[in-house]
Amino acid sequence: MIKLNNIHKSYVMGNNSLHVLKGIDLHIEQGDFVSIMGSSGSGKSTLLNILGMLDNYDNGTYHLSGNLISNMSETKAAKYRNDLVGFVFQSFNLISFKNAMENVALPLYYKGVPRKKRNQIALEYLEKLGLKDWANHMPNEMSGGQKQRVAIARALISNPKIILADEPTGALDTATSYEVMEILKQVNDSGITVIIVTHEHDIAAMTRQIIRLKDGRIHEIIRNGELKQFQKSYMKELETA
Amino acid sequence: MFDIDKWQEILATIKKNKMRTFLTGFSVAWGIFMLMILLGSGNGLSNGVASNFMNDAVNAMWIWQGETTIPYEGMKTGRPIQFHNQDQEVVQKVSGVGASSGRYFMGNTRYSYLKESGEYTTITCQPELREVENLILNEGRFINQIDILQNRKVVVIGADIKTALFKDSVALGEYVNINMVPFKVVGICTEPGSTRNRNAYMPLSTAQMIFNGSNRLHNLALTINASTLEESQAIEEQIRTALGKQHKFDPKDEGAIGLYNKLENYIQTMKIFQAIKIFIWIIGIGTLIAGIVGVSNIMLIVVKERTKEIGIRKAIGASPSSVIGLILLESIMITTIAGYIGLVLGTGLMEMINYFMMQSAGPATDQSETIFLNPTVDINIAIYSTLLLIVAGAIAGYIPAKRAASIKPIVALRDE
Repeated sequence: MIKLNNIHKSYVMGNNSLHVLKGIDLHIEQGDFVSIMGSSGSGKSTLLNILGMLDNYDNGTYHLSGNLISNMSETKAAKYRNDLVGFVFQSFNLISFKNAMENVALPLYYKGVPRKKRNQIALEYLEKLGLKDWANHMPNEMSGGQKQRVAIARALISNPKIILADEPTGALDTATSYEVMEILKQVNDSGITVIIVTHEHDIAAMTRQIIRLKDGRIHEIIRNGELKQFQKSYMKELETA
Repeated sequence: MFDIDKWQEILATIKKNKMRTFLTGFSVAWGIFMLMILLGSGNGLSNGVASNFMNDAVNAMWIWQGETTIPYEGMKTGRPIQFHNQDQEVVQKVSGVGASSGRYFMGNTRYSYLKESGEYTTITCQPELREVENLILNEGRFINQIDILQNRKVVVIGADIKTALFKDSVALGEYVNINMVPFKVVGICTEPGSTRNRNAYMPLSTAQMIFNGSNRLHNLALTINASTLEESQAIEEQIRTALGKQHKFDPKDEGAIGLYNKLENYIQTMKIFQAIKIFIWIIGIGTLIAGIVGVSNIMLIVVKERTKEIGIRKAIGASPSSVIGLILLESIMITTIAGYIGLVLGTGLMEMINYFMMQSAGPATDQSETIFLNPTVDINIAIYSTLLLIVAGAIAGYIPAKRAASIKPIVALRDE
């Protein structure tokens, strides 16, 4: 599904070059539920942006669903994003002058779905996420959790293969965070690959695979079996704290 | 392009930023408003002057006698030139000369009818004069060829003379005494562009015979067939040469005969107006460009403000072309609507000025001298201006749109 081979990425700022990703090799299968962790500056957001074709990489290869993603035109990247990927952001990134239904329907607009039909589909998705009554509300009339659910509905509406979430719970309180994670879990159960970036251990512990980044390299990958171990050690961390 | 959704998106942003939209629109509306006013005034001025020229035939020419100022063939200067009937024939033979009429001046002549009398100018002429001076006949007919051949004692009087002598009674067919000689009134005329119609017209042959004119002429009036300045000057020169041969004076002698070439004046004046028109267009387009730059500027700010939104759209799957379309259409829509408003207001104002001028001028409009007439912009120019605006809107929107499309979604999303 996702195959990263020796991915390098550096940002040039004036005369300084900041080497953010220093050779990432990664394999993510269809239906995985993965979290990417790491301290700030470890390159986790950069990695997610490269996965979502929001940013390009300098070196290496990236295959997504068997397609090599490299230096493609903006138009083609837009098409791939529209077809394959759904995004969920920390700051929701809803369009402020559109109501919930229109926000959810927007990806279908770029797919060329007629207005009535896409609004109807958007309503269905909002219903699934328990927001049917909020369909005509503007983003600023909704709570953080509701906004994030709208954002998830928007990410799901184009039937993507992957959901990429950048700190999806970063702006939410714990109870709402767990709600959102529960939704993402259900999304994953339906067969969609979910990749989230987070720095919260409890959130990461709800996924089935944790990739820890350190200084632009993969530090460790914690898989199913070891996850219980991770949870335990995390609990210890909590106790000592 | 005619996607309801796209328009709704544009309307949504416009509604959200009323002030910004107003300012953008205002700069364009003002530009086109000024263009319309400038063009309208230019047209009004040029129409007014052109209509003044139309009072006589545009291609009229008058020749009068003078004194030689250059010695010629042994004769010294200061020799007076006297026109005779045959001079008219000489001039008529010059190629390019249309209608021509000789004129014999009688000075002030006393007109009387019953108890009323007054002094008026009598112009003795041939039928062709009507064509040269564009005379309008209110009643009856003008002098004709038979009047000339039979030396008929007939007269065409100006409208003011008729009013003075005949009051409300019928003048046509009555006899009026001119210097004690009775003449039959055959027509009443007015001169276009004149408020005084105190001239009377009499057959040349009759006047020469009755009032001791022999075969002398004072003045020649004619029309010429020329379309360019060069052609009319060539005809002028030929006339000078022909008359010079007849009266033995140097064709270069400007004093021997006087010559007024209306066409030459007309062409020159029209050239000046052409220049003024071009000047007006330059100023108008300059104003318009200022408006376009304003729109461009504001659209750049719009793009900056909407960076995040554009980023979201791109993350969701908007292609660069759809982003360009969004910005471009907004810009085109604002300029087109605002420009149209400016167009309507500008032409409306000019139409209003026109209306009030017509009102205040009253029925005398085509009688009086105006330098401002019909200050309106013709529909073609209005259409071209609108097209120009749409193109301008596209140009104004293109640079910001291009910039918007090149924003990387990741950069846009980071923008807070």
